[in-house]
Amino acid sequence: MSAIVSVKNLSKRYEGGVHALKDVDLEIEEGEILALLGPNGAGKTTLISCICGMASITAGHVVVGGHDNVRDYRKARALIGLVPQEINLQPFETVMNTVRFTRGLFGKRGGAEHIERVLRSLSLWDKRDVQIRALSGGMKRRVLIAKALSHEPKVLFLDEPTAGVDVGLRKEMWSTVAELRAHGVTVILTTHYIEEAEAMADRIGIISGGEIKLVRDKAALMRELGRKRLVIELTEPAAHLPEGMDDTPLELGEAGRELTYTYDPGGDGTGITRLLTGLRERGYKVRDVRTEQSSLEDIFVDLTAGEDRT
Amino acid sequence: MNLYAIWAIYRYEMSRAFRTMTQTVVSPVLSTSLYFVVFGAAIGSRIEEVEGVSYGAFIVPGLIMLTVITQSISNASFGIYFPKFVGSIYELLSAPASFLEITAGYVFAAATKSLLIGLIILATAYLFVDLDIQHPVWMMVFLVLTCLSFSLMGFIVGIWATNFEQLQLVPLLLVQPLIFLGGTFYSISMLPGVWETISLFNPVVYLVSGFRWSFFGMSDVSVGWSILAIIGFTATCLAFIGWIFRTGWRIRD
Ligand SMILES: Nc1ncnc2c1ncn2[C@@H]1O[C@H](COP(=O)(O)OP(=O)(O)O)[C@@H](O)[C@H]1O
Ligand SMILES: [Mg+2]
Repeated sequence: MSAIVSVKNLSKRYEGGVHALKDVDLEIEEGEILALLGPNGAGKTTLISCICGMASITAGHVVVGGHDNVRDYRKARALIGLVPQEINLQPFETVMNTVRFTRGLFGKRGGAEHIERVLRSLSLWDKRDVQIRALSGGMKRRVLIAKALSHEPKVLFLDEPTAGVDVGLRKEMWSTVAELRAHGVTVILTTHYIEEAEAMADRIGIISGGEIKLVRDKAALMRELGRKRLVIELTEPAAHLPEGMDDTPLELGEAGRELTYTYDPGGDGTGITRLLTGLRERGYKVRDVRTEQSSLEDIFVDLTAGEDRT
Repeated sequence: MNLYAIWAIYRYEMSRAFRTMTQTVVSPVLSTSLYFVVFGAAIGSRIEEVEGVSYGAFIVPGLIMLTVITQSISNASFGIYFPKFVGSIYELLSAPASFLEITAGYVFAAATKSLLIGLIILATAYLFVDLDIQHPVWMMVFLVLTCLSFSLMGFIVGIWATNFEQLQLVPLLLVQPLIFLGGTFYSISMLPGVWETISLFNPVVYLVSGFRWSFFGMSDVSVGWSILAIIGFTATCLAFIGWIFRTGWRIRD
């Protein structure tokens, strides 16, 4: 696959002196959903602002669909739809007017059918003549999405689309994103909810302190960094760890009723057979066995440990 | 050239104006009518003619200028300040439109509104005084150029302003005095010598004078200077806007 957005050595220093992005490299592939996961203040919004044109670039380049976003900004920007983090809407405008406005701004005429389709798919069609101030928070957010989709972009940026949104709406947003992807739209979303990245993304980038710490295929990331735990429930509580098995990483918990074994599922052998054999030889009776996979959250906390999460 | 962007902004701004029709049209018409009643009828009847024109008629061009200038500034400054204020400016900054196109959309819309108001006031004036416009084409030229150039200035004010007070400040502290001292209600030749000279540094003098010439064929300064002044003012505003968009001053982080 080819990169539709390519960010090279991007640095951003705000006027006040904040160094919000430090030499960021990022390739976004056509058709994928990339989740940028990072704590508040990590630089997610700044990265989007530099790509889309709201913030000037201090150093580096951004290329969208083969067009430099400064030199060839018209062609680059025409490909992008942007849903900002804040609900930046004019309160007295109607839904229809504001969506049409964006389409025109992006140099497209007409498109009544397209706009109707977008509004219907976001359950906004019935509200098309309503003033924005009369809409609920969730609907306002969907208006922002409708605006971003009004000019049929190839790349959609969603900056924290589900921040402060209730569970039902969050699920709805997820399915909207899945649908967009099915239509071939590349989606980049930022979030600080790990479950969101886990639920939606093909690839996950972790950003912290203005640096991209890693970008990995989600499944690979889970495999690579996600350790597994085997929890063994014992029939009778054990007083101490099994003797003569010091080379096996075991922990005793639940007042001696559970043994936890941590292993790497991607390794050459998990050591499970040897463990279970060892236990049987030593007379331990096993009542039940279960495995647990560490979540993205653990990975995330590991990677961003020591940085303040304001 | 992204003409659709200009058109989208223009249409959007005009629909905002029609939604707030009352504020947009009724209040300037009302306040000008009051001027006519007070200055034209009540006080004007005690004032002799100014260079052969009745005082009521004499103030018409100045009154139109007064309204058109203040309206242009407030329309255009509010037009761009509001998106800044609510944050919807993000879409202007991320759109495939040049700064010139964005400016054109807002400035044309603001200028159209003030032009309409100017014409409505002119029509209102016919209710109060007898008017016979000598150079109607030039009248329109001056009117349109004034609307455009002060809308440009208003656009700059809107970008400069960081709060609503500042938005009011420029029209109040700078423009209002310039207009009132710009010969709106008098001919600057009525002023004592020193003040007449000082007045020549006021750009509004040239606008009002030229505009009044198109009505009555008489002027404080020569028409050529009036035209030069308005072109110079427009060019200054355009250059400043060009600089704003190159540097992203007060709009782009
Ligand atoms: N307009 C701005 N001016 C100065 N500093 C800013 C501006 N916007 C963001 N910052 C700073 O840049 C850093 C990154 O912010 P941001 O990109 O908003 O992070 P995120 O979106 O990941 O929460 C923060 O330290 C923030 O304070
Ligand atoms: Mg943010």
